[in-house]
Amino acid sequence: MKVAILGLGAVGRGVLEVLATQKTGLVVTAVADSKSAVIESEGIDIKAILAQKKDSGICGDLTLSAADIVTTADYDILVEVTPTDVETGEPALSYIKEALARGKHVVTSNKGPIALHYPELSQIASTKGVVIGFEATVCGAIPIIQTLRHGLAGNDVRRVFGVLNGTCNYILTRMADEKLTYAQALLEARELGYAEADPTYDIKGIDAAIKLVILANAVWNLNVSLNDVDCAGIDQVTTEAIALAEEEDYTIRLIAELIPATGQMRVAPRLLPRNHTLIVQHTLNAVAVETDLAGDITLIGKGAGSLETASAILSDLIFIRDFYDRST
Amino acid sequence: MNLEVLDKPGQLVGALQPISELGGNIISVIHEREPGVKSDTLDVQIMLELPEDMLSSLLEIYKVNNVNVVRVGEERLLIRRSVILIGHLMHTDLSDTVDRIDATGFAEVGELSVLMPAINEPSSAKITVKCDNLDDIEKALRILNEIASEKGFMIIEPLEELA
Repeated sequence: MKVAILGLGAVGRGVLEVLATQKTGLVVTAVADSKSAVIESEGIDIKAILAQKKDSGICGDLTLSAADIVTTADYDILVEVTPTDVETGEPALSYIKEALARGKHVVTSNKGPIALHYPELSQIASTKGVVIGFEATVCGAIPIIQTLRHGLAGNDVRRVFGVLNGTCNYILTRMADEKLTYAQALLEARELGYAEADPTYDIKGIDAAIKLVILANAVWNLNVSLNDVDCAGIDQVTTEAIALAEEEDYTIRLIAELIPATGQMRVAPRLLPRNHTLIVQHTLNAVAVETDLAGDITLIGKGAGSLETASAILSDLIFIRDFYDRST
Repeated sequence: MNLEVLDKPGQLVGALQPISELGGNIISVIHEREPGVKSDTLDVQIMLELPEDMLSSLLEIYKVNNVNVVRVGEERLLIRRSVILIGHLMHTDLSDTVDRIDATGFAEVGELSVLMPAINEPSSAKITVKCDNLDDIEKALRILNEIASEKGFMIIEPLEELA
């Protein structure tokens, strides 16, 4: 199957690297970054494009753009990994809609469009007989969407909860281990590249809340939005508060929690026993699922990183290749 | 509770041992021999804390051991939950916050420890609320949450098992 990739940031480059080295039977026919694009319907030379991007910062022809790829290029699956805008979802939203309308599958790591417009996108996809893969939008490398939709199919999920934001987890871990103040830990996270220059979305719990909305809408069709999440961040957590928690062998983590039966969604710093399975170190993510049949399942893994996110995108690509390739 | 045990060596220990075996805690034991009363049994008054649902097991053991329970006094369940408050707790009248929990009649603040790093910096407090039952704990925490949003401080609650 033919793949077009929009976005050549860390994730897009990670996907290209993986596709260049692994025998997936997938051919990359188009690539776009924010300024240029390259289209080769017989398949592009991935290594050459990556080298060119590294040297010049531009992947291809300045007269071509992502929009040209979406509307005219020859591809079966659009991999959309451009930066996230959680307020409008654009420009990714338009790319995804257009590709779906053309009867193309879409795989994305972009939280904005999925959190804001999943019911609509899913509707377009099903009328066109294509699928939209978004495993990479929640918990990076952890296959939580596959687990909830397929792995635990038939189970009644009572609660999904966990550490869905690596930045907050890093900050809280460092505050607990090294008695750093919140401001010191945030500064350290920034220096290490774990926090954005504007860390608001992470530290206010919004990023974790968006992931809950995606799970609620995509797995349980709850049709909820960010406003439905009771959301508090970690920016008020003090080193003293963690010390008080530790007196009772507890610690503090930012926990996102979804109860599908009631649609209740909450993101807040919570007290957890220090030996709780959800207590993971540094930037790791951990998500627990409570079910009627399977009991409790906990998944722990890397929530961000270029190859880790590429892994989630690749799993969606291979799922589509295996179940939707009409050429074989 | 009031017990009647045989006035023989080892009987009192026999009455108290099952309490600790069931994970309970003896708060006080009063046993008096009334002068002039000649009786082969002894009255013992025990005040104790027991894990939830263990009272019936204890009474069962007493029956087997021939310890006669004269009267089971007021039974009160004891549930504690600790939460952490962060903010300008003193400036927003911490004693009023505590009073409003105590004033409910069904909940009380059992413990309170406060850490204040510096003037004008937010302080942090651990507050332990005690109630007879889970519903009351939930009610008390809801009141505490209301006070928190009214006074502008943050509250960090434990992650509980689903009921």
